[in-house]
Amino acid sequence: MASGRMVVEELKPAGIFGRRLDFKTKALTAFVVLTNVLGNFAMSWGMKHQPTVLADTPLVYIRTIFSPWVLVGTTLLILWLLSRMMLFKWADLSYVLPVTSIGYVLTAFLGKYFFGEQITWRRWLGTAAIMIGIILVGMTRPNTTAPPPPEANR
Amino acid sequence: MKWLMVAVIVVSTVLADLLQSFEMKRRDAAVEDRRPRQGPLVLAVIIMAISFFAFMKLLSLADMSFAVPITAASVVIETILAKLVLKEQVTPMRWAGACFVACGVALLAA
Repeated sequence: MASGRMVVEELKPAGIFGRRLDFKTKALTAFVVLTNVLGNFAMSWGMKHQPTVLADTPLVYIRTIFSPWVLVGTTLLILWLLSRMMLFKWADLSYVLPVTSIGYVLTAFLGKYFFGEQITWRRWLGTAAIMIGIILVGMTRPNTTAPPPPEANR
Repeated sequence: MKWLMVAVIVVSTVLADLLQSFEMKRRDAAVEDRRPRQGPLVLAVIIMAISFFAFMKLLSLADMSFAVPITAASVVIETILAKLVLKEQVTPMRWAGACFVACGVALLAA
């Protein structure tokens, strides 16, 4: 019975299976964040360095979509979408959302570094709050609804 | 118009994420069901596209410093729905984390 959830199993400390899955979850989380941040950055860079203003003819739009930076950005964002779906398989929604929010912080720093945007004290405060939130959620178990691992049934 | 776009963005983001999380978990659990349904995930991607275009529209109506923090509200709403709909165990630590993140995003964009 795949749908039957064993409460006793959930309360057990994570065994070797659980630990391996935990590492996989964290590695995939890092991948999701990286593809999101770099994808947004490539898109933004591509749009800012267009030779023509985005408007008028459909030809301009098509040329924009097929410009190298925008293509890289689109590819990364497709990877982001797919890897995020995979992550939902292993981790709770209430875990994934806060933890991947570090992307906001990284985007802000990339913006400062490459686009010369200012980081005010308020932004530093926001960064600190996000980091605290991520640490708090990161300390909880990634998956609270999973059925027991297949090994337990054999 | 501005608030209509905010509503569209928040509702569609929440719906798309819930749908994806529910469907991916269901696939993982249903080992005997070898025929995966594509419908729910395709629907989720379509809803995400709606959210994306509504966000673009919002950026043309309002500042980035309004658009980003207001959509960060979806983190808290989704945490509530994760508990109610997806039956996740949202511990006090997770609630606190979600609230810190939402406040942090609001401050970051301000």
